[in-house]
Amino acid sequence: MLRYACTALLSAFLLPALAGAETGKVTDFMLDNGMQVVVVEDHRAPVVQHMLWYRAGSADEPKGSSGVAHFLEHLLFKATEKMESGEFSAVVAANGGRDNAFTSYDYTAYFQRVASDRLELMMTMEADRMKNIRLTPENIATERDVIIEERNQRTENNPQALFGEQINASQYLNHRYGVPIIGWMHEMVDLDLDDALSFYELYYSPNNTVLVVSGDVTPEEVRTLAERHYGPIPRNPDLPERLRTEEPPQNAERRVLFRDARVAQPYVSRSYLVPERDSGAQETAAALTILSEILGGGTTSYLAEKLQFDTQKATFTAAWYSSVSLDDTTFRFVIVPAAGVTLEEGEAALDATLEAFMEEGVDPEQLDRIKLQLRASEIYAQDNVDGIANRYGRALTSGLTVEDVQTWPDILDAVTADDILEAAKLLRREASVTGWLMRPEGVTQ
Amino acid sequence: MIRFATALFLGAFAAFPARAQVDIQNVTSPGGIEAWLVEEHALPFVAIEIAFKGGTSLDVDGKRGAINLMTGLLEEGSGDLDARAFARATEALATSFSFSANSEELSISARFLTENFDASVELLRDAMQRPRFDAADVERVRAQILSGLAFDAKDPNDIASKTFAAMAYGDHPYGTVDTGTLESVAALTREDVMEAHRNVLVRDRVLVGAVGDITQEQLGTLLDALLDGLPESGPMMPPAVTPQIQGGVTVVEFDTPQSVALFGHEGIAVADDDYFAAVLLNQILGGGGFKARLMQEVREKRGLTYGVYSYLYSRDLANAYMGQVSSANDRIGEAIEVIRDQWQLAAEQGVTAEELQDAKTYLTGAYPLRFDGNATIAGILVGMQMIGLTPDYVKTRNERVERVTLDDVKRVAGELLDPEGLQFVVVGKPNGLMTE
Repeated sequence: MLRYACTALLSAFLLPALAGAETGKVTDFMLDNGMQVVVVEDHRAPVVQHMLWYRAGSADEPKGSSGVAHFLEHLLFKATEKMESGEFSAVVAANGGRDNAFTSYDYTAYFQRVASDRLELMMTMEADRMKNIRLTPENIATERDVIIEERNQRTENNPQALFGEQINASQYLNHRYGVPIIGWMHEMVDLDLDDALSFYELYYSPNNTVLVVSGDVTPEEVRTLAERHYGPIPRNPDLPERLRTEEPPQNAERRVLFRDARVAQPYVSRSYLVPERDSGAQETAAALTILSEILGGGTTSYLAEKLQFDTQKATFTAAWYSSVSLDDTTFRFVIVPAAGVTLEEGEAALDATLEAFMEEGVDPEQLDRIKLQLRASEIYAQDNVDGIANRYGRALTSGLTVEDVQTWPDILDAVTADDILEAAKLLRREASVTGWLMRPEGVTQ
Repeated sequence: MIRFATALFLGAFAAFPARAQVDIQNVTSPGGIEAWLVEEHALPFVAIEIAFKGGTSLDVDGKRGAINLMTGLLEEGSGDLDARAFARATEALATSFSFSANSEELSISARFLTENFDASVELLRDAMQRPRFDAADVERVRAQILSGLAFDAKDPNDIASKTFAAMAYGDHPYGTVDTGTLESVAALTREDVMEAHRNVLVRDRVLVGAVGDITQEQLGTLLDALLDGLPESGPMMPPAVTPQIQGGVTVVEFDTPQSVALFGHEGIAVADDDYFAAVLLNQILGGGGFKARLMQEVREKRGLTYGVYSYLYSRDLANAYMGQVSSANDRIGEAIEVIRDQWQLAAEQGVTAEELQDAKTYLTGAYPLRFDGNATIAGILVGMQMIGLTPDYVKTRNERVERVTLDDVKRVAGELLDPEGLQFVVVGKPNGLMTE
């Protein structure tokens, strides 16, 4: 049976298949007012997803108003000059569609998924709320309660989330990535109409957006409709450049000891400050991406092999690298120690295993398997063009270009074992935070 | 993929695509196994969904968690491959398998490139038919499950659903958590795992959906390869059960800032003639979206929560109508009051003609949009078989929604909604709220 012999065969097969595929074709262009447009085609089903991405997220907020980017995202579902509060979503639903929005450090995005003949209606409404929201004091008071309950649900009720916030805050000494996207509670309770409107007026303009439309639509149709509905909105000449306060050199390893009676499973978390994908220079990030797969990408990864199978010191291990980010990002490990193994022993085992990896180097067979899967994932990805659309939206609001997105698979494929070991040296202890999630002293299960 | 007959765009329903038209084929393998197929050759891969009905409800008395443990071990080595070799083999084929179990079914989702069809099927067959259940792997997966159980014991959502299930279903399998307890899982043996495998993976309870780059003939070969050799049939299913709910509030003290409330009472069967009236009623009362009454009253008008919703929890052996809300400890009491009032209002007055029309427009318009992506459609094909539907359902479903009248919804609201019988389980430190 063809188990290992297929590697060469598959790589030969995959690349031409991709080049010839009709599904997933990407076209991009720019409107005169500075709105960037990306179209991802898939004509298998008469469905379209319309997404508008703003290059503004929580890391763009003014000091003291944490959470305002996300608060504004909620408020965009209230009234405009033409529509009543809640009418936006009601119209989408009345057309059989669904809509929502999300906020991150570097972007805020709004989307609707509808039958493809409803695209123009979506654009009409989305263009309207870019400039015309009308907020009342009641909207502010009620919706602020909603986001406070959202923080309660996501963070206050969840010791892992509270722990993660403290680690982030310790990782970033001078950059806004250290502040939670949803905001610190003590600042959220004071968010007001002025905070929301000043963020809106500063950042919500066509020259600060990326429109990504995916599904059963042609680039020509999108251009015609976008010029009709978004085209008349003037650019904001005063849009500020996206310059955030930068990290100073990080020279001290930090520790976060977080105790909470609700902790069921203590674990160790490690975070390092590392470079993100930079436009035109994605090689280091590509090596870090593959490093995270090699070390902590599942059952066959180095950490799982050594710590879950061989020594059985861990119940679970994983590594993550967040490659898409406007500024310096993080590389993370987590190790959940096995029963009877302390956090101290777990942390020591993690460090010893990472050292052993630097000595042993990369297993070439494992590297081949990972690259093969990355290539195959490009085929599977075409079954979900909304996912491809998402990829473009995130990248283009995080300092990357269409070309960067398109060359990324080849750059990943070109990563060598040496590149990976070089990248691993970027995981500097002096730029790291080690966190222990624990129960309070004296409290046992 | 969905395709609409173009004529439908010009049909009675304005420009609205009112029907999903996937071309579902019934396939019978040379060995006599039936499956549903949607051929879609645009991309060179196949998604297969396999469900064995019964799932964790078939746990043997005293062996709670055995089926869940067994399911977790299916990807941990089979035939001559140990756990790690099996994982490396799936990676080398760029194939993915996932195994999961719930109270209704044991599910296997597979995805593989057409190019690797034969090797992938062989690997999956070994996982299904020749799992090794090596002692070391049993211990490793057991430790993961125990860690998860410890986690769930401190999670307000899990505490709420465990409490509600115990109240509603008692000793029935629906009354306990199917991952088991710390004690029951610790006591499971390799023999228990093998028994669980024999009992659940049986041919007369299997349902299959296949979507993608595969023909009828290839599917027939695949079905026989995967399922030939499994036992023909397994132990009896547990009996149907009616939720035993009195109505009122039960508080489970847990020190956390936001209370989580799970609520519900008896529901309605999928096979009931009034099921679609109930679906429309729920869409209006607490189903998805901001227009639902609960969302409007609890969140939009009062800011009491980030999310509140209700759903028909219609399962093979019991039917419940459930809902959930979370609010800060000092506001949960008010949220519960608002929900009860809405339950009462809808029970007494039904819904408005405009609400019904909007809900119909949404449900009929959204239905075709579900059919996107090979794996999603494969899942839908099996889901339809689970509840006894035929392939032509995709063409008639929206007509059934359209046929429901305002009087139907009003009558069903009166019969189904029971404000007095609505039971709330609240986990947290709710101010001024006590077990009634």
